[in-house]
Amino acid sequence: QVSAALKEGRVTPTELCQRCLSLVRSTRFLNAYITVAEETALKQAEESQKRYLRGQPLGVLDGIPVAVKDNFNTAGIETTCASNMLKGYISPYNATVVQKLLDQGAVLLGKTNLDEFAMGSGSTDGAFGPVRNPWSYSRQYKEKSVPKSHSEDEESNWVITGGSSGGSAAAVSSFTCFAALGSDTGGSTRNPAAHCGVVGLKPTYGLISRHGLIPLVNSMDVPGILTRCVDDAAVVLGSLAGHDPKDSTTIQDNFEPFELPDLTDVSKLTIGIPKEYHAPGLSSEILALWSKAADLFKNAGAKVIEVSLPHTCYSIVCYHVLCTAEVASNMARFDGLEYGHRSDMNKSTESMYAATRREGFNDVVRGRILSGNYFLLKQNYENYFIKAQKVRRLIANDFVKVFRSGIDVLLTPTTLNDAVPYMEFIKEDNRTRSAQDDILTQAANMAGLPAINVPAALSERGLPVGLQFIGRSFQEKQLLTVAKWFEKQVKFPVIQLEEVKRLDHAAFQHQKSASFS
Amino acid sequence: AAKGCGGVWRRAWRRGAGGPSPALCGQRAVACNAGGGAVPAGKSGLAPWVPVVGLEIHAQISSNTKLFSGSQVKFAAPPNSLVSFFDASLPGTLPVLNRRCVEAAVMTGLALNCSINKKSLFDRKHYFYADLPAGYQITQQRVPIAVNGSLSYSFCIDNKMSQIVTKTVRIKQIQLEQDSGKSLHDDTRSQTLVDLNRAGVGLMEVVMEPDMCCGEEAAAAVRELQLILQTLGSSQAVMAEGQLRVDANVSVHHPGEPYGVRTEVKNINSIRFLAKAVDYEVQRQIEELESGGTVLNETRAFDSKLGCTVPMRDKEGKQDYRFMPEPNLPPLILYDAKSLPANMNHQQVVNIDWIHERLPDLPSVKRAKLVEWYGILPEHSFTLLNEDGLAEFFENVVKQTQMKPKKVIGWILNDLLSYLKQHSLTVKESPISSFLLADFLNLLEKKEISSTAAKQVLAELWKGGGKTPLEIVKEKKLELIQDQKELEQICQTVIDGHKSE
Repeated sequence: QVSAALKEGRVTPTELCQRCLSLVRSTRFLNAYITVAEETALKQAEESQKRYLRGQPLGVLDGIPVAVKDNFNTAGIETTCASNMLKGYISPYNATVVQKLLDQGAVLLGKTNLDEFAMGSGSTDGAFGPVRNPWSYSRQYKEKSVPKSHSEDEESNWVITGGSSGGSAAAVSSFTCFAALGSDTGGSTRNPAAHCGVVGLKPTYGLISRHGLIPLVNSMDVPGILTRCVDDAAVVLGSLAGHDPKDSTTIQDNFEPFELPDLTDVSKLTIGIPKEYHAPGLSSEILALWSKAADLFKNAGAKVIEVSLPHTCYSIVCYHVLCTAEVASNMARFDGLEYGHRSDMNKSTESMYAATRREGFNDVVRGRILSGNYFLLKQNYENYFIKAQKVRRLIANDFVKVFRSGIDVLLTPTTLNDAVPYMEFIKEDNRTRSAQDDILTQAANMAGLPAINVPAALSERGLPVGLQFIGRSFQEKQLLTVAKWFEKQVKFPVIQLEEVKRLDHAAFQHQKSASFS
Repeated sequence: AAKGCGGVWRRAWRRGAGGPSPALCGQRAVACNAGGGAVPAGKSGLAPWVPVVGLEIHAQISSNTKLFSGSQVKFAAPPNSLVSFFDASLPGTLPVLNRRCVEAAVMTGLALNCSINKKSLFDRKHYFYADLPAGYQITQQRVPIAVNGSLSYSFCIDNKMSQIVTKTVRIKQIQLEQDSGKSLHDDTRSQTLVDLNRAGVGLMEVVMEPDMCCGEEAAAAVRELQLILQTLGSSQAVMAEGQLRVDANVSVHHPGEPYGVRTEVKNINSIRFLAKAVDYEVQRQIEELESGGTVLNETRAFDSKLGCTVPMRDKEGKQDYRFMPEPNLPPLILYDAKSLPANMNHQQVVNIDWIHERLPDLPSVKRAKLVEWYGILPEHSFTLLNEDGLAEFFENVVKQTQMKPKKVIGWILNDLLSYLKQHSLTVKESPISSFLLADFLNLLEKKEISSTAAKQVLAELWKGGGKTPLEIVKEKKLELIQDQKELEQICQTVIDGHKSE
């Protein structure tokens, strides 16, 4: 809708950009952004404006403010991965997905905050501090939260965004931008999307280029898309997907961008409900919501069947082995020699390497490197890495079997709970939290399948809860069509934020309408 | 020390205070049985030794760009001027396989009679070093591109061109891998300088099974491999420019007993040094074992000045390289005529059969043809091919002269080649072109000059200057006089001139 507004001249790209930037400033306390690229954004907006005046916009995304997770390379703009290792690192090139957005005329507002090197499920373990969930400051949450004492203020009560793409999720959720890029390795886009009440799409592995995405697990990472509605996600997907010669793991097939039909008849759909996703720790609230959603489909005429993905329970340990192994390998390049932080220790190359890496990485990263190297040792390789690869094959085959039996799309919860307060979250360490929080999202990364979080309802605490749809390989159109239908049914409420309200009401209408397509 | 093959490995030096005497280092004390089998006990009554030599050869692939990135491959460019983002391991960069490198490896595999694996895989080999920016090298550890080949090589016994021995060494495998950068240690300033120009250049690692037994064999095998690579064009294989690097694995054992502990010898910069290094190491190990010591499984460097191997400081203990599949590169799939899918774009695939059909004549074939067409001896064909450009030169001369090739070859090998060698010239730099030489030989053939005069003419030709042989002959009045009457007249003049005596 905002795109239409731009086209019709009801608002200009520059105005839009300025409003978003002003909102970024007034929501600084969320800590969603690490770097705000004001100058370049305004320049891009100006260029876009000229195109609109000529009547030649590049496309739907022309002039649309977007944000990008800080593990994507952006030329000329600091790329830190929220780590001391890359503080001050100015990338000399754009990630392919960033380039594609810019080529479409999108306006890059800045780089969003994350867990260091995307390791975590809270966006709390980065060098620039934790990201706060905008819903912590929403009327909906504040009304429901009961202060424990008079002296307590909202400062200590704020809830996490989930992670690791928490900054991107918060940025979209708080209206500072219309779309954001995240990354998804174990759920890092869908998890914060669920907690922040936005749409989070994990595309099929191999559909979107990873060139320029600083890798966590090369065999599972995908760029993720965060937007306020499913249609927007489809538009962004359309501009990003396709073969990239610079990424040998992207498929060669031609990709055709698509518009999502407005599904009215779901009777031909078969929805699968995997029973293993009724995981221990799943809140009764979410269980009920999941059930309600299944009924929604049933009542509309779709076939809803219980299915089994028997190896789901092994995915977390399997992930732990494969992820740490790849991390140990991927992080080996950070030695301070060519780029990034370099320690002052200069007694020898080895000591410089060791000091640089100790100083540059937080303990989460260091822990995973140590574990990963352990699993890759000659004497352990067979028992850990190879075994985990075999288990991965089993997990992937579970899905193959289920989809082959006629299931179109799987419906599952995205998270076990709604967002927890930060103070509570940090009581457990990163590894424990990740193991708990990734359980419903991780398997889709193992199998390379597309999956999407759609905000479904508010919890009793007034916080967003989402549900997840998992689709067949490269069948994003079908997946998003079903997601869009569901979105229409649930009519998830708009966040009521003070800061957003303060903006000029008339212009705000465009943003409040939650979509740009 | 017994030279040439057919002798027996013995200690051929006085036992000194330390290891083998320095005098030994300069000599080739090589002696190994041509059959490579068990050798009877020597005069000294000591049990004989069987040396076992295997080789790991890294050949830089001759290509415009590197194995996984688009930066150029060039020798001696300004430091760090040929480095792409990927080569510098900038975060977020990904490898993209270079097709030309794959073709080079397939060509080489076919030329070495290997089975080409239609599916091969890439792996990461991890270790930390300043010249390895990513902290790992991309190589092919699990399934390399080619396996189970063989290489026939020949060498002359007793250096005498008369007896050629041909042997075969098995090729275990050929794998594609990245070259590392170069690091230079500046001890005075306590710093290390790193040049990444070479980082990421494509290499073919050729692993030769331990079927060789001495320096001469190793040298001959590498020489033949070098010729093959140069003929194929898959590598320029110039050792001096680091395009061909050889590491030798050496061990000794008594016949009938299990193989001994092996050492790895590195830092060998020429084929000549390879022979020396291997022979030295064999002797060193024999000495060590006979004096009650043990051979350590270590890496040693060849010191060309001293002619010895010394332990390398860098390698402490065994490295665990933590091999892991390279997740950013799908399996490498090659096709042949049978397996090629119908709708596949020809540009997108590597077709083994297509490459096979276009292989040039290998050195062994070339030599056989030279022998067959020109009637020269087999050992001559070796010499012709061993010298860059000499075979062409020979053939050009043959084309332009009436002299029979069997005679031409003598002039080529004895006169031309020895002159070039004496003056450290390559065939390309020869002051006498094939045209001039052919001209000269024609004069001889037509009996227009005597063989004595010919030597003078040749000496004059070597000076360069562009004079044709005929011009030189006329200048120096070296013509052979065939006319009987003229000869009688000259003799008469001489006799008359001496009448007085």
